Amino acid sequence: MGLLSNAAALLGKEVRTEFRSRELLSTTIVFVLIVVVLFSFTFDPTTNESHRFGPGLLWLAFLFAASLMLQPCFLREQTNDTLSALRLAVSDPFAIFLAKIGANTLFLLLTELLMLPVFAALFNVNFRGQLPGILLTFLLGSLGISTAGTALAAISAQARMRELLLPLLLLPLLAPILVASTEVTVGLMSADPVMQWKGIGFLAVFDVVFLTALWLFGEYLLEE
Amino acid sequence: MAKRVVLCAAAVLLVIAAAYASFFIAPEERTMGDLQRIFYFHVSCAWAGLTAFLIGFASNLLYVWKRNEKYDWLGVTCAEVGVAFTTIVLISGPIWAKPAWGIYWTWDARLTSTFVLWLLYISYLLLRTLVEEPNRRALLSALFGIFAFIDVPIVFGAIRWWRTQHPAPVIMGGPNSGLAPGMRPTFYFAVLAMHLFMWFLISERYALEKLRGDVEVLRREAETS
Amino acid sequence: MASPAECKVGLRFEKVDKRYGTVYALRNLTLTIAPGECVALAGRNGSGKTTLLRIAANLTRPTRGSLSFSESTENQNPHTGFVAHATMVYDELTAEENLLFFAKLLGVTKRKERVAELLFEVGLGERKDSLVRTFSRGMRQRVAIARALLANPSLLLFDEPATGLDPEATTWLIGRLRTLRDSGCTIVMSLHGESEVARLATRAVRLEAGSVVADTRAGTTFQSVLSFTGG
Repeated sequence: MGLLSNAAALLGKEVRTEFRSRELLSTTIVFVLIVVVLFSFTFDPTTNESHRFGPGLLWLAFLFAASLMLQPCFLREQTNDTLSALRLAVSDPFAIFLAKIGANTLFLLLTELLMLPVFAALFNVNFRGQLPGILLTFLLGSLGISTAGTALAAISAQARMRELLLPLLLLPLLAPILVASTEVTVGLMSADPVMQWKGIGFLAVFDVVFLTALWLFGEYLLEE
Repeated sequence: MAKRVVLCAAAVLLVIAAAYASFFIAPEERTMGDLQRIFYFHVSCAWAGLTAFLIGFASNLLYVWKRNEKYDWLGVTCAEVGVAFTTIVLISGPIWAKPAWGIYWTWDARLTSTFVLWLLYISYLLLRTLVEEPNRRALLSALFGIFAFIDVPIVFGAIRWWRTQHPAPVIMGGPNSGLAPGMRPTFYFAVLAMHLFMWFLISERYALEKLRGDVEVLRREAETS
Repeated sequence: MASPAECKVGLRFEKVDKRYGTVYALRNLTLTIAPGECVALAGRNGSGKTTLLRIAANLTRPTRGSLSFSESTENQNPHTGFVAHATMVYDELTAEENLLFFAKLLGVTKRKERVAELLFEVGLGERKDSLVRTFSRGMRQRVAIARALLANPSLLLFDEPATGLDPEATTWLIGRLRTLRDSGCTIVMSLHGESEVARLATRAVRLEAGSVVADTRAGTTFQSVLSFTGG
């Protein structure tokens, strides 16, 4: 009945629902794969070039995939107006956001982790030994993408042209995530791996700032 | 009415005066010569744009809190004026870069961040066209405006860090290292002039938005009676 | 059988406006509902009934004016149960999963028993493991009603409650509402004209163009308040 237990219950339902059909995950993974393959046509995929361009293109693929994957999270709640049921049942509306952010972060992470070995194989990148750093980057980056994305999904669900609107609103907002994640990943995947803590710092700051903003303003996003 | 004319005249005169000062009063810059003079214009527009967005941010917060439509009018006004100034910044940067570096765009940190800023507020304006109901539009755009503005420092910070990792030509490197004392009076005068001009644009645009709001009220009353 | 509501909730609409652009859904609406009253809300489509219910459910804010609640309560937070046009349940979950999920969110004690009890009551005991997607309109309405009753609401808001229900289910619903009414639950239900359900009401109010135009409290008869509601 408190914020965290409500969020946990909601998160459980979101995850259970998704794993029943797996439609979101499967379409997202295939989309990332398609984007990565297409990107590889745009530069010469020799090892040097891959190290320079690869991580950026990987994160760009994640960002595009996320901007599509995040749309259903509030559109689904519109079909039977289950959003109203949630608002009535939950003591703090922030629980709804926490749960959806948690679910979206989880789905994004799963996609990224599945893509990692594929990416390493396709672009001949060795990242073993750097796994903890890469996981941390994936985690903080996905959390940022999900937080901003869930907030904006709530906005775009109430507007026209919502399929196009969410990417339009989200992608500029996520510029810092793209920049920082790419830089850190490049550092970790280079021949001489280095951990760029400043980049991690930017990701963490983004996450904290947007989670706080959502905590303060979330209930207004759900207003009718 | 008289106030508006006075404000308009004052703003225009001050801008002309600042232009004159930047060409004839400010000292010549050592390395770039006359080309550098665009800096007074370019940077003061950037500051005026940011001030407009800051006022917009405050009015977005006030709208969410108070739900008074005046704050919505001020919000859209500041976004448009801010976008106008930011557009000038994005155009004047390449105008400087071409003769100085031979290329129009160098992905310089500040200019790139300004580009993202511009895109964010263009998205804000696009969002407004896609929500029809006025109260909904006001609330949703205020909330997006808040998210956009709090992102701005992070954008600027992250891109600046990114640029230190991959150094590239800096547009108007001079001001980065500090302003020569002889240039300061002209610079601050230009900033003042641009802010006055910003204030003039905001009050005119706000008046237009208020007029639209008043028409809506009249239409509403006509329909229900 | 479930225990009765432990606290009594009254509502007071004070000069409420609800505006969407240039359209007024509610206009200067003033209405006080006493704790324990069972109010039938009548009116044409577009008269503001749904909007009034959504404001009472705290899902929408008034554009102007206020809604206040009066609670004479000894202990808990009063719950509001809301049944709307939309079913407000998840198609991709089973009836039982839906109810268990909402019961968990609401903090209902002894969830499994309560859900089993309610499912049996609404006549869906055998279909509890079927996805709601496979249900008919009437069955979905029954799940929706069960959802509204989960936490022993002190305030029940019903937007055309008998929609889609067959005669048997309607009889059940009337009996249930009667029990709730008698145990002190405040009920506000919007209806389309006279019906069996309307006979439960202790008071009837008619809305037109977003304002109250007739009220049995003011002495008008039930019949004249409820009739002339058209389509």
